[in-house]
Amino acid sequence: MTDHLETAAEPTADPRDRGGPAQPMLIVDKIRKYFPIKAGLLNRTVAQVKAVDDISFYVLKGETLGVVGESGCGKSTLARLLMHLVEKDEGTMILDGDPVGEVRGVGLDALRRSMQMVFQDSYSSLNPRLPIEQSIAYGPKVQGATRRRAREQARDLLQRVGLKPQLFSQRYPHELSGGQKQRVNIARALALDPRLLILDEAVSALDKSVEAQVLNLLGDLKQQLNLTYIFISHDLHVVRYISDRVLVMYLGQVVEIGPVDAIYEDPKHPYTQALLECRLSMDPAERVETAPLSGDPPNPVNPPSGCRFHTRCPFAEDVCTATAPRLGNVLDFDSRQHLAACHMVHAGSGHSRAPRSVAAPSPGDVQ
Amino acid sequence: MSDISAPALFPAAAPVHVRGYWASVWNRLRYDYVTLFCLAVIILIVLSAVFAPMLAPMDPDRSSMANRLRAIGDRGYILGTDEQGRDMLSRLLYGGRVSLAMGILPVMFATVIGGMFGVIAGFFGGKVNMLIMRTMDVFFAFPSVLLAVAISGSLGGGFTNQLITLTVVLVPPLCRVAETATSQIRSMDFVDAGRASGASSISIIVHHVLINVMSPVLVYASTLVSVSIILASGLSFLGLGVSPPTADWGLMLSTLRQSIYVQPLVSAIPGIAILITSIAFNLVSDGLRQAMDVKG
Amino acid sequence: MWLYALRRLLLTLPILFGVTVICFALVQIAPGDPIQNLLSPTASQADADRLRAAYGLDQPLPIQYFIWIGRVLTGEFGMSIANNSPVAGEVFRAFGNTIVIALISVALAFVLSMILGVVAAYRSGSLIDKVITAIAVFGISVPPFWLGVVLVIFFAVNMFWLPATGMGASGSESFSYFDWNDLKFAIMPIIALTLPPLGIMTRTTRAAVSEILSQDFIQTLRAKGLSEMSIMLHAVRNVMPAAVAMFGLQLGYLIGGSVLVETVFTWPGTGFLLNKAILTRDIPLLQGTILVLATAFVLINLLVDLIQSIIDPRIKRS
Ligand code: SF4
Repeated sequence: MTDHLETAAEPTADPRDRGGPAQPMLIVDKIRKYFPIKAGLLNRTVAQVKAVDDISFYVLKGETLGVVGESGCGKSTLARLLMHLVEKDEGTMILDGDPVGEVRGVGLDALRRSMQMVFQDSYSSLNPRLPIEQSIAYGPKVQGATRRRAREQARDLLQRVGLKPQLFSQRYPHELSGGQKQRVNIARALALDPRLLILDEAVSALDKSVEAQVLNLLGDLKQQLNLTYIFISHDLHVVRYISDRVLVMYLGQVVEIGPVDAIYEDPKHPYTQALLECRLSMDPAERVETAPLSGDPPNPVNPPSGCRFHTRCPFAEDVCTATAPRLGNVLDFDSRQHLAACHMVHAGSGHSRAPRSVAAPSPGDVQ
Repeated sequence: MSDISAPALFPAAAPVHVRGYWASVWNRLRYDYVTLFCLAVIILIVLSAVFAPMLAPMDPDRSSMANRLRAIGDRGYILGTDEQGRDMLSRLLYGGRVSLAMGILPVMFATVIGGMFGVIAGFFGGKVNMLIMRTMDVFFAFPSVLLAVAISGSLGGGFTNQLITLTVVLVPPLCRVAETATSQIRSMDFVDAGRASGASSISIIVHHVLINVMSPVLVYASTLVSVSIILASGLSFLGLGVSPPTADWGLMLSTLRQSIYVQPLVSAIPGIAILITSIAFNLVSDGLRQAMDVKG
Repeated sequence: MWLYALRRLLLTLPILFGVTVICFALVQIAPGDPIQNLLSPTASQADADRLRAAYGLDQPLPIQYFIWIGRVLTGEFGMSIANNSPVAGEVFRAFGNTIVIALISVALAFVLSMILGVVAAYRSGSLIDKVITAIAVFGISVPPFWLGVVLVIFFAVNMFWLPATGMGASGSESFSYFDWNDLKFAIMPIIALTLPPLGIMTRTTRAAVSEILSQDFIQTLRAKGLSEMSIMLHAVRNVMPAAVAMFGLQLGYLIGGSVLVETVFTWPGTGFLLNKAILTRDIPLLQGTILVLATAFVLINLLVDLIQSIIDPRIKRS
């Protein structure tokens, strides 16, 4: 299923490359965003939504990193943080070896040329008053291209995403189908010739048949243009299909990260397990007796103490309420690494199901 | 890459011929006969005001004691004469110049000023929004007529003062409409997409926000034209308009008030002119609202 | 509920502050030196300076503002220049006359607009809908003071039914709303004041009701066999909060907007007072009247918001 992606995992020489093939495309270290909630007579900050709480991960060149989680877990905030559309509170980002936004690193402008985002298909992703050609050409124009050059580029891109320019370039968004709009969205993101594309629920609103076509398009583009993807979605099937590695989010934190097959065949974290079982239960043939994920996710304003999943976890014990489990060293750039933030996988954590041997080489390493 | 099957799935979403927003607005307007008729009336009124010097049969300011308060049609005075024997038709044509200017100019100024503040408040949010919108709220604490009378009463009469007064009165509502529309647009993904491509706030406002905010603001502004005409005529009625002998419709109404017992019909004419103009503008803005598909 | 009320109250304070600033500014934007008006033409520069100091007019503007607001809060609005009497007494007497006809007019407009709006929405597209819409457009488009003039022409000049101007056969002091001979004087002002809010409120009610009628749950109610009468009642109940909000807003507009109508009918209310102040360029009188009217408008809006939060519990949460 994923074989056409595997070839892309070996990056070809790219003139834009600075750090060499081994340098990850993007390293994110302890990035954090809390949104204040204001209330009361004086509009004081009474609480904070911990939308993204100390998340760390990396994406290798040419790789697709899937990000999954229920809605409201902070996926979209993460995407906007990475794009610097939302100001981060803490944390660092390193783009191909250069720290972003620091004095000696890459500036926001360079970041925007290297990194782009495809928004969820909805009525708000394209300016309803502009012909799509102009929507696509806007980015290059902002970056200093001449009107004519930007227009040519827009037409090229339309061709590339499978929309005949002579037919489509002057159309308005309301004259397009969902799949076509999403193709335009992709074309717009590609207009600045980025290396890393963040796809935020990019196919979620589409019909199944159209979704498959857009996914194929994404696969082709990735090879042709030497792209790296961060693919955010709540749809586990799609994430499995497209991803090399998967990151599972719960209430603003990473609970599990690892190679796609390891996550889907051998999930370590009870939350991931529950998610996957939920998915199975959609299929009547494999429906399980009880829905494993009962109840709504807790309020991210006041996340539970200790392990944030303990309110819904079937294996929760005292230690889970008391201390937060560690994920382990995420940033050691071993793409086979499979980590889970659960006391059950950490030896000596005090959980009754934790492995006994304390002599494990690295406390976070599951394997 | 063979997903041109999509149009077949959504046949309605992909019309054959390509047209833009304004073309579709015109398309809807074309069959709205009431609006078209009112538009024609407005154009007629505007033209007659512009060409008043050619159309007016007499000098609007020349009084004649012998011909005071003639009835309609009497002695060649098509619409009669006023209390100083001046030709009503000529005065009506010339008065229309002032009254129309007072309907349109303040709305134009207020649209630019209020729209600018509203877009800034809506786009930047936070403290800027607080500052601008709370200030506007203070002006909203005055009923519009009262605010107009207050400012105009202090500034005194005259064309410029009336223009300033009406503009000040119309800025807050336009600012509010622009602010609401802008803050809706600001939260749209395409604005983020623009920002993600490195565009400055100014560039995003110019290329993405204004084009979307324009139609609700213009529709709203068009409803204010008749408000402005009525307010202006009211101020003139109170003696806060242009100074005599130049007349606008409100002042004519005011000076003719003493003559209602003698020539009730002639005395009502300036009011009818205000009424017709105001109805025409109101109905056109209703039509525009529908054609532009603006809610509220 | 109480928290909402308190919050709403606190939000009103800065508005009231702003209102006083604007009223204060009215004097500043008025052309001419206020001192000159108080002096005899033969007064010397020294006299002017002494008077200026006595009124605190030599102080910087913020200080002047606080002196002024201090006086206002103790009920002293200054002296009317024209007849050299305290502004406060005159304004409050006139305010009483204004508020009564404004209230009657809004109440009338409210009831009528509910009926007309519901009927028009219910018979949407029919002749009666068109007639009602035409009345509404007329109400919105007509300058109320001109309507006053026309009413005078019609009822007083042509028919001799109603007195043209004034308040009461024997003057405003002994006016009574329960005596037909007096009430006659109030009828035309009330009609002239009723029409504009009637137009606006009818339109809003019609739009709100027809939106509700087009919703799915109405179809469900119909399918359940509910009578048309109770469906209509249902729709009315749903537009009630919006209607109450309009009531307050329009009442405020009428209190402010009565300037012209009162002038036409020489009704001795605040509007008439304002007209007098403008004619004689009596800025203290103008300022005092505007301040009282604007404050009343703010307080009415506050009251309406509170009433609305009682009848529509959804508002509290937002
Ligand atoms: S740490 Fe405890 S509560 Fe959290 S997932 Fe593991 S077992 Fe469940």
